[in-house]
Amino acid sequence: MSTLSISDLHWSPLGHGHCHHQFQLRNVELQVGASEFVGLIGPNGSGKTSLLRCAYRFNKPERGQVRLGEHDLWQQSSRWCAQRIAVVLQEFPDAFGLNVEEVVAMGRTPHKGLFDGDSHEDRQLVQEALQAVGLQGFDDHTFASLSGGEKQRVILARALVQQPQVLILDEPTNHLDPRYQLELLQQVRRLGIGTLASIHDLNLAAAFCDRLYVLDHGRIVASGTPDQVLTAELLQEVFGVRALIDRHPLADHPRLTWITQR
Amino acid sequence: MRSANSRHRLLLLGLFGLLLVSCVVSLGFGSAPVPVEVVWRVLLFKLLGIAPEVPAWTTGQEHIVWLIRVPRMLLAALVGGGLAMIGAVLQAVTRNPLADPHLLGVTSGATLGAVLVVLHIGELLGVLTLPLAAFIGALCSMLLVLAIASRHGRLDSDRLLLCGVAVAFVMMAAANLLLFLGDHRASSAVMFWMLGGLGLARWELLPIPAVSVLLGLALLLGMARSLNALMAGEQTAVTLGLNARKVRLLAFLICSLLTGVLVAISGSIGFVGLMVPHIARRLVGAEHSRLLPVCLLLGSLFLIWVDVAARTLISPEDLPIGIATAAIGGLFFIGLMRRR
Repeated sequence: MSTLSISDLHWSPLGHGHCHHQFQLRNVELQVGASEFVGLIGPNGSGKTSLLRCAYRFNKPERGQVRLGEHDLWQQSSRWCAQRIAVVLQEFPDAFGLNVEEVVAMGRTPHKGLFDGDSHEDRQLVQEALQAVGLQGFDDHTFASLSGGEKQRVILARALVQQPQVLILDEPTNHLDPRYQLELLQQVRRLGIGTLASIHDLNLAAAFCDRLYVLDHGRIVASGTPDQVLTAELLQEVFGVRALIDRHPLADHPRLTWITQR
Repeated sequence: MRSANSRHRLLLLGLFGLLLVSCVVSLGFGSAPVPVEVVWRVLLFKLLGIAPEVPAWTTGQEHIVWLIRVPRMLLAALVGGGLAMIGAVLQAVTRNPLADPHLLGVTSGATLGAVLVVLHIGELLGVLTLPLAAFIGALCSMLLVLAIASRHGRLDSDRLLLCGVAVAFVMMAAANLLLFLGDHRASSAVMFWMLGGLGLARWELLPIPAVSVLLGLALLLGMARSLNALMAGEQTAVTLGLNARKVRLLAFLICSLLTGVLVAISGSIGFVGLMVPHIARRLVGAEHSRLLPVCLLLGSLFLIWVDVAARTLISPEDLPIGIATAAIGGLFFIGLMRRR
């Protein structure tokens, strides 16, 4: 198990026509320990997705480094990274009637060479992953016919068969019912591997993350435990909203209540 | 798992058996019908040297079966299987279920090449002039599409498709203009080729498409995992350790070259590459190491029998096979949609 660490990272979008300052990343420092659940929060357009893309070797930083243990990701092949870092995105393979088993088995791609078929071990891994996300027996269902929550869990299962050391999730709880939001994050926590997730819902972030990083205009403006980070001042300053913050009555983490006006 | 695998093997065997039977039975049909029994005996004699004691067929029949219909049937199988396989791959690479071998500009380039040479340079190399010209045209348009589509070292599937379609339109416009202005007798030769036909089939010509199709199958099977991952999307493919651009470029090159070879010989035979992959996916799913062999077999079967229809429907004339595939394929699809 190794630590994912980002140091002095600079990145800005290139060749996308609109060269405004949104999505630019400046001076980003971030660490994800071996079995740590780290949350990335920040308003829309603060650069969360761009930062995650840097972390899984999609966006190449202009300056600074992304390291896994001792290794600089950009000194390694994308295959090397895929063998160690798995990613759960909001990109669903709905077309062509792919079934659940086929989608999950894609996760073996980085471990396979040309002409390699699926071995008995690969199939075993697929079955274990489906079991881990509570979808055993769904092998033959077409992916497109699943509900949003089930799709998200299939993608998580695909990440599991990659046998990663680090898991990266981009808004994993988007579009999910409360029940599935909780279930998914619980499942991820239970894996006990280093995890970096961008999370929209700050109460979920408070409940599940060991540490949080707050991104605003492409800079990390705060980091630490949920208790340290989620303060009324920070929420006012970064998100522009007013909130009451107290303890969750049943668990040991902060609870946010928005102060709304009608 | 086990059962899915053995079911797939059974399906492959079944289709292969059906293909073998079709290969023999289809030879009996044509403007001069030959009884299946005679076909069988000619084949036994030619392939294994088993001659009956009393000659059971005429020299004419032997000629028709061995020199005309067998190469034609083999070409039909190669072209049908090849186009179906290319269609399946292009649909996955562009993530577009409507992609087909003719969409990426290759066919239009081939047409322009054929028109230019036949109308303005003439038959330099005899029968081979048109296929050669067509293949060179296909190559040019392939390179043109690539040059326009790649930008900043990237090769997006949307750009690839749009460039393919745009290049196809320009090439077709030029070809049609030349045909419109050109000599009508030469034009009709090109027109006939454009509508698609297997009339060029000769034994000497078969090795080129045969080697191309088999080589294409082997290469694409080797890329099966990458193709599967590309179906999941650009970002996902990268997170699975793929160089999406490289895979797409390679698939595009293989598909374009193979299309070029097939189109050069048989003209633009539509619909096989679009329709057969969808039928094959219903049978075995979208996973490419299983899908591609089934596409190859189904496409071969389909075109062998469509060619039978093409040479019997208005015999003694040959119906251009492109017309037959489009009509049969379209009707078949409409039936399929209504049943769903």
